[in-house]
Amino acid sequence: MSEPFLIGDSMSGGYGKGPNILHNCTVAVDKGQIAVIVGPNGAGKSTAMKAIFGMLNVREGAVRIDGEDITNLTPQDRVAKGMAFVPQTNNIFTSMSVEENLEMGAFLRRDDISGTMAQVYELFPILKDKRRQAAGELSGGQRQQVAVGRALMTRPKVLMLDEPTAGVSPIVMDELFDRIIEVARTGISILMVEQNARQALAIADKGYVLVQGTNRFTDTGAALLADPEVRKSFLGG
Amino acid sequence: MDILNAIVVLANYIFVPAMTYGSQLALGALGITLIYGILRFSNFAHGDTMAFGAMAVILATWWMQSLGVSIHPLPTALLALPFGIAVTALLLLATDRVVYRFYRRVKAVPIIVVMASIGVMFVLNGVVRFIIGPNDQNFADGARFIFTAGDFKRATGLDEGLALRSSQVITVLAAVALVAALFWFLNRTRTGKSMRAFSDNEDLALLSGINPERVVTVTWLIVAILVTVAGTLYGLDKSFKPFTYFQLLLPMFAAAIVGGLGNPLGAIAGGFVIAFSEVSVTYAFKKVLGYLMPENLAPDTLVQLLSTEYKFAVSFALLVLVLLFRPTGIFRGQSL
Amino acid sequence: MNYRNISLFGIVFLLLVGVGFVQSWSVAFALVNLCLLSSVMALGVNIQWGYAGLFSVGTMGFVALGGLATVITSMPPVAEAWRAGGLSVMVALLVAVATIIAAVQMFKRMAPGRNRTLAMAGILVVGFILYRYLFDPAVEAIESVNSASTGYLGGLGLPILLSWVVGGLLAAGVAWVIGKIALGLRSDYLAIATLGIAEIIIAVIKNEDWLTRGVKNVNGIPRPTAYEVDLQVDPTFISWVDWLGMDLIEASSLYVKLSYAILFVIVLAIIMWMSEKALNSPWGRMMRAIRDNEEAAEAMGKDVTRRHLQVFVIGSAVCGIAGAMLTSLDGLLTPGTYQPLRFTFLIWVMVIVGGSGNNWGSVLGGFLIWFLWIEVEPIGLWLMDVITSGMAEDSGLRAHLLESAAHMRLITMGLILLLVLRFSPRGLIPEK
Repeated sequence: MSEPFLIGDSMSGGYGKGPNILHNCTVAVDKGQIAVIVGPNGAGKSTAMKAIFGMLNVREGAVRIDGEDITNLTPQDRVAKGMAFVPQTNNIFTSMSVEENLEMGAFLRRDDISGTMAQVYELFPILKDKRRQAAGELSGGQRQQVAVGRALMTRPKVLMLDEPTAGVSPIVMDELFDRIIEVARTGISILMVEQNARQALAIADKGYVLVQGTNRFTDTGAALLADPEVRKSFLGG
Repeated sequence: MDILNAIVVLANYIFVPAMTYGSQLALGALGITLIYGILRFSNFAHGDTMAFGAMAVILATWWMQSLGVSIHPLPTALLALPFGIAVTALLLLATDRVVYRFYRRVKAVPIIVVMASIGVMFVLNGVVRFIIGPNDQNFADGARFIFTAGDFKRATGLDEGLALRSSQVITVLAAVALVAALFWFLNRTRTGKSMRAFSDNEDLALLSGINPERVVTVTWLIVAILVTVAGTLYGLDKSFKPFTYFQLLLPMFAAAIVGGLGNPLGAIAGGFVIAFSEVSVTYAFKKVLGYLMPENLAPDTLVQLLSTEYKFAVSFALLVLVLLFRPTGIFRGQSL
Repeated sequence: MNYRNISLFGIVFLLLVGVGFVQSWSVAFALVNLCLLSSVMALGVNIQWGYAGLFSVGTMGFVALGGLATVITSMPPVAEAWRAGGLSVMVALLVAVATIIAAVQMFKRMAPGRNRTLAMAGILVVGFILYRYLFDPAVEAIESVNSASTGYLGGLGLPILLSWVVGGLLAAGVAWVIGKIALGLRSDYLAIATLGIAEIIIAVIKNEDWLTRGVKNVNGIPRPTAYEVDLQVDPTFISWVDWLGMDLIEASSLYVKLSYAILFVIVLAIIMWMSEKALNSPWGRMMRAIRDNEEAAEAMGKDVTRRHLQVFVIGSAVCGIAGAMLTSLDGLLTPGTYQPLRFTFLIWVMVIVGGSGNNWGSVLGGFLIWFLWIEVEPIGLWLMDVITSGMAEDSGLRAHLLESAAHMRLITMGLILLLVLRFSPRGLIPEK
């Protein structure tokens, strides 16, 4: 089996000089696929994501993208390598217009960004209508669209989402998931952390159940949903 | 006729001086607010940086005057501005390198940086006095008046005169031009937008690949322009004395906070709010009321709310009011 | 106290003794007195900054309030001025206070909206007009009473030592108002608000002639010690001096300075003892806990803003006491000499260099920095003289440099602060 496109391989580490939060944890995603990390509160889901993005001290193991070891790169350098990250909170520039948010997403690009912007507007039509409005004035779901749109502006190969549906209504959540599937269809790999495990696993090609910083179950989304043990312990029956 | 006279008096003693002073404060407060928005500390060295910038311009002006260079009727100081700005920019970048960058790296709490800025303030304070001395310096040349009170009276036939000094017109025009350029820069250029983004959400700006050191450098460069121009205009309009620049610190802070710290539009509004309040609260309204009220009701006192010695009390009172009732300022602060 | 700290104090002691031998003992004692005062002020600032992390740049304002306290406590009342307008001024001030209280109450009681704004504006305007109506003529009357020597209300004629307490209380009162407004907001707001209040206090003291005679100064403030002229005719003192074989005039001056020094040492010791007690009490530990992690302390149910207010008031009171001591040492109130930021800054340097959070450090810093402040100027002059000695006697640059040497002290102190803050933020005697 060839190695996945992006992999955090057997990672152990913690914040700064603090104790290890992750213990031999592996998370990976293949090209154009959706991988979802689920688990109880405090399982280290977001931490695993941040470890892959270089916001954490990975003491053992490695992070590789397309076979290249990027364990020691800064988050900014990983952006240049084709990774994009949408944090859970404070993920937009509230005082700037929607369009300016997208422009800032493409800050590192020196070429013409109008094509990418058009693609984002096509994906999230509502943003086109509101492109002159300050992003801080939008609703929760629209803000998440801005956040995802900003991340897409770098034309990433991997999009990493930290709980993209936190705090939005179920209808908006479904719509967001639809959009995420659309993004994946364009060939972008998606790695996300989700609280709403059931819905997330339903769209996932691959699922990781983490408990206390360690892999507990790893399988396809559908298999995990079908696994009685996973259902009992993590999906509420 | 009396009403016209009253309006002329108001224009002469309140509107024109307050517009001028307000423009100077606005430029100063813009600098404070930019530093706050990007570097996230209240820069106590701002007043003395202003004195330094003005001093650099004055030295260049004297040099040009000695060479006989002149752009009459405009003051030679305008020609010397670029030189002053360049020197001030070097100074600011050097202080950033030597002092502030370290605290940025260790992510020091803002109050420590404020304290460091007070240290910088004293060094600058000493440097300026060391170079140019603590006394008044005159460097204004060129035409003094656009029209004098006498010209105005002759032209209009009114009893009251309105004088317009060229320094006042230059101040307002320069401030407008500079503010327009700054807003164009912040809202239309890539670098300007990246500054706003950095001020709005530092972490996300980093995730977007915005280089913080570059943003900081550009900020200091803009501050150098603002502060040198403001200091020179103030010196042309009133006079240059190092201590008065230190005393501008309170009204400038008040302007930035009243408008909303970190908000450029707020800094401008705050500058004019402070200037108009200060001038009108310390102005004796006797003459104006004398024109407006019937003869028997005309006041025999000065009708002055506060004597001019207490002019900083005005800034302070406005500051306190804002802190009490709307700590984020008129325009919501915190973002750029 | 370990050997290092004792030797640091030893060095300062030697420096001062050195001044005694090189310059004169009179100079040395004058220096010691101001060092003691600086230490008291530094302790006050240390209580605010070192214990609680509050940054106030208004120290000189509180010191000036202490100076004002000596005048209103200890100067003899000017009966004629009181007759001319004393009562009206007092009533006017009461009106002003009542207006503010009424406006605040109105603000608290009424629902927000236009009515409240109008009512408040109404109260303020009527109150202000009434205040000025009473105040202006009274002030004019008071200031015209024998303006060359009095022209002000005078004080209460009480003992000068009492004014030290009054100075503390006055400063505490003003600090309470400022703290109420600026604490609980961003940390730099306190710095900016205190910058403003210091300027206003000093402006009041400079301009309200009916209260302080303004720039005409108040002379002859009673002393807590003997007067030189009395000593010089006192037979017992003369016999002592003869026995010691000293010059009578110098001995009397030394005696006075020594008496001040003893009084100051007593005050310093009391404040020091109380500060140490407080710092090591549960209260002090809580203060430091709040300083080190405000959020955690708040989460544990500590009322951070109230504690901050408390510590700000106490620290300002100590500065007020020091201000009263300073003015009674000078024997006159010279409002023109309070430079709002320059001396405040000097005290800050003392605290930082000495070691923030450590009371002994503040005392050491007070001595050391005041010594430097006084001695840097002659040293700077000497240095400039050496540097420029190669230049021609009549060189303009040389004259300029020599003339400007005085400003070296500002630069030096600024650099000391920056260097200590950067490379040794814990100071000479670090917090335990």
